[in-house]
Amino acid sequence: MVWYVGRRLLQMVPVFFGATLLIYAMVFLLPGDPIRALFGERPPPPGVLEQIRAEYNLDKPFIVQYLLYVKGILTLDFGTAFTGRPVVELMANAFPVTIRLALIALAVEAVFGIGFGLIAGLRRGGFFDATVLIVSLIVIAIPIFVIGFVAQFVIGLKLELLPATVGQEESWRQLLLPGIVLGATSFAYVLRLTRNSVADNLSADHVRTATAKGLSRPRVVSVHVLRNSLIPVVTFLGTDLGALMAGAIVTEGIFNVNGVGGTLYQAVIRGQGTTVVSFVTVLVMVYLLASLLVDLLYAVLDPRIRYA
Amino acid sequence: MSIFRKAVAEAMSATSDEGATPTRRASMRGVRGLALAAATTLALTACSGGDGGGGDDAGSGDESGGTAIVTANGSEPENPLIPTNTNEVGGARIINSIFSGLVYYKADGTPVNDLAESIETEDSKTFTVKLKEGAKFSDGSPVTASSFVDAWNYGAYGPNAHKSSYYFALIEGYDEVSAEDSTVKELSGLKVIDDQTFTITLSQQAADFPLRLGYSAFYPLPEAAFEDMEAFGENPIGNGPYKLAGEGAWKHDQRIDLVANETYEGPREAKNDGLSFIFYASLDAAYTELQQGQLDVLDQIPDGALTTFEADLGERAVNKPAAIFQDFTIPENLPHFSGEEGRLRRAAISHTIDREKITEAIFQGTRTPAKDFTSPVVPGYSPDIPGNDVLDYDPEKAKELWAQADAISPWDGSFLLAYNSDGPHQAWVDAVTNSLRQTLGIQAEAKPYPTFSQFLDDRTARNVGGAFRSGWQADYPSAMNFLADIHVTGASGNDGDYSNPEFDALIAKAAATEDQDEQQAILKEAQEILFKDLPHVPLWYQNVSGGYSENVANVDFGWDSVPIYDQIEKK
Repeated sequence: MVWYVGRRLLQMVPVFFGATLLIYAMVFLLPGDPIRALFGERPPPPGVLEQIRAEYNLDKPFIVQYLLYVKGILTLDFGTAFTGRPVVELMANAFPVTIRLALIALAVEAVFGIGFGLIAGLRRGGFFDATVLIVSLIVIAIPIFVIGFVAQFVIGLKLELLPATVGQEESWRQLLLPGIVLGATSFAYVLRLTRNSVADNLSADHVRTATAKGLSRPRVVSVHVLRNSLIPVVTFLGTDLGALMAGAIVTEGIFNVNGVGGTLYQAVIRGQGTTVVSFVTVLVMVYLLASLLVDLLYAVLDPRIRYA
Repeated sequence: MSIFRKAVAEAMSATSDEGATPTRRASMRGVRGLALAAATTLALTACSGGDGGGGDDAGSGDESGGTAIVTANGSEPENPLIPTNTNEVGGARIINSIFSGLVYYKADGTPVNDLAESIETEDSKTFTVKLKEGAKFSDGSPVTASSFVDAWNYGAYGPNAHKSSYYFALIEGYDEVSAEDSTVKELSGLKVIDDQTFTITLSQQAADFPLRLGYSAFYPLPEAAFEDMEAFGENPIGNGPYKLAGEGAWKHDQRIDLVANETYEGPREAKNDGLSFIFYASLDAAYTELQQGQLDVLDQIPDGALTTFEADLGERAVNKPAAIFQDFTIPENLPHFSGEEGRLRRAAISHTIDREKITEAIFQGTRTPAKDFTSPVVPGYSPDIPGNDVLDYDPEKAKELWAQADAISPWDGSFLLAYNSDGPHQAWVDAVTNSLRQTLGIQAEAKPYPTFSQFLDDRTARNVGGAFRSGWQADYPSAMNFLADIHVTGASGNDGDYSNPEFDALIAKAAATEDQDEQQAILKEAQEILFKDLPHVPLWYQNVSGGYSENVANVDFGWDSVPIYDQIEKK
């Protein structure tokens, strides 16, 4: 087990360098001169352009730029954005709030998705099952910004149940509404996954055996049905964590959250190499760690799976 | 700044219909961050009932702070807060609040002396500036002639690579000082005479030079700044109507808090106790808070609310032309567009565009059809320059002119109109190319560039291969700025390579004319030439669209589309 985890962690090292190199190359290849664009319609004096390019190493060949960047990373210096602020500072601003937002979304998905999915699966074909399926279909079909604006208007502005926008303190309470909105779509997927998986497992041999040997219904459901049904769901939740963190631009915008999505989007538009690479690299790491965690959870959920 | 602002204002921001996500405009502007004013947070939590506070408590809580702090939308400054290194709107609105210069502009763009007692010249080339006595920085140090001269030298010095360094380009010695590896640190055109007096010598005549001195690049810096410019940029010490509310008042990506500066004595003295710029992650969120009364002043309306904001806000909505001129350029070297044939074709194209309809249908009235090459908010604007009937929608005339041009040399090929699709341009470009196809029966196509920077690259390299959208936001309130910087032969903003010696001569003459009325008359003559040659096809002026909450009064927007913060009264 420890050996397995160690090996997986070691595998992340080449992935880390591969990812940074690829992303760095992509940003480098983006057409358009980001420094020139800082000045809009009127070209600045050439001296100023050269000076700023040199400051950000943009005057050097690609591979030199990349090596300088990697050298910086090894000393925990992630470079400087065009605003003159260290990228580390940008990350320190953006990641904590986005992580909290993603955790809320993930919790919403897991608790409600698995809960409703389980009930629907157990009562397949019933009224609850039908209702939940229709509702989840609607949620999946509606674009997230519509859900966002409607939720903000109804829950935040009209009913005043939760803050309509996120304030400076970025408290859990303020992040609740955007978190729910962010988790809404995935919630519907989790629900459907759980429902189908539970329904399948209900007719599995080991469940019939468990029932036959006289186990109580709650025990059959929780230990024999649910536990086995969770494998696809956990896989989905694991990969969704990364998506929730990077893909929250729309939700972040509606609710005024200064998170990873917005910062990254802006950096891409402005050709800010170091910022993009640093943010994406962290996101890649999150994906890798999440998938490691998912793999470990498999063993917990299904005793037949062992890691040596 | 204007340049960048323009970039922002047109290239990136303003926009819309085609924005796939509602946050696009805001994020492109670099608008980020957020927070509520402390007082209003109180009110909010109480109202929302979450903490069990009563509505009445909230009301009194609002007052009990005893401070009338105005909250306004802003965006995270993209550079340290140093006047000569700020060229975008987010930093500029803060710089303009915490610094004051020799001259400031009233709401209508009229320049008024601020720190200057007098600015005099005999030959429009050498200017003698006398300062008012007793002006101080907020750290108590006096504002002297050296405060200006040192700051300008620092900003112009090449190795410092300050973003607004070209503002000093007119001053003698700029070329040496601004070189990349310059060793000369002082502009030879600046001389300190005594504590209250200095002289500025230009490398060419510019009668309207004093008018430009209200721009933020020309602000003074205290001695403390030069000890550690980086630290200064984080916690600047200014001489304006406001100062930072202590160390760390700038919370990156979130907000910056300013309080009234009691050492400031001048025409811009604050009528409120302070100013908080909140850096919203999106304009939508800012608009939501404006409607709730948590935000006092918003100077840009999100796309989603453009059709409704005037109804939502009633008298508290603002929508008026700004000093932003938008057009498209038909480069001089484009086949069929030079000489007499070119003039006919340019006029024909202009006649096919229904500006009224486009500004209404596509921009919901947030653009004003152009009547000249400047903007209604700057002195020198004129809606009735002879020849401006070329801006009227007249398809018949267009066909006629186009046929005349065909008689000189038959048209072939396709007319391309290039734009950057990360701005709000697709809709109008499609409308324009459509009417060209229908009216003139020619092939006309839009040529989108994915980003503003790619678009600029091709423009700079003269690689567009067709017409391209362009525009100008004024640096200082004068028709001169609109006309000289983009039409004079070889001017840095002249991407269409327009060149007309007659026009150049008139601009030079205007530059040497000190009398404002006389100068404006000459500039009108120059515009007549532009209407004949149409190097750029004028489209419309961008409006400033904004609004304010019920908690404030006396909100007005300046000539530069920025609210005049110091005049705002908090109820």
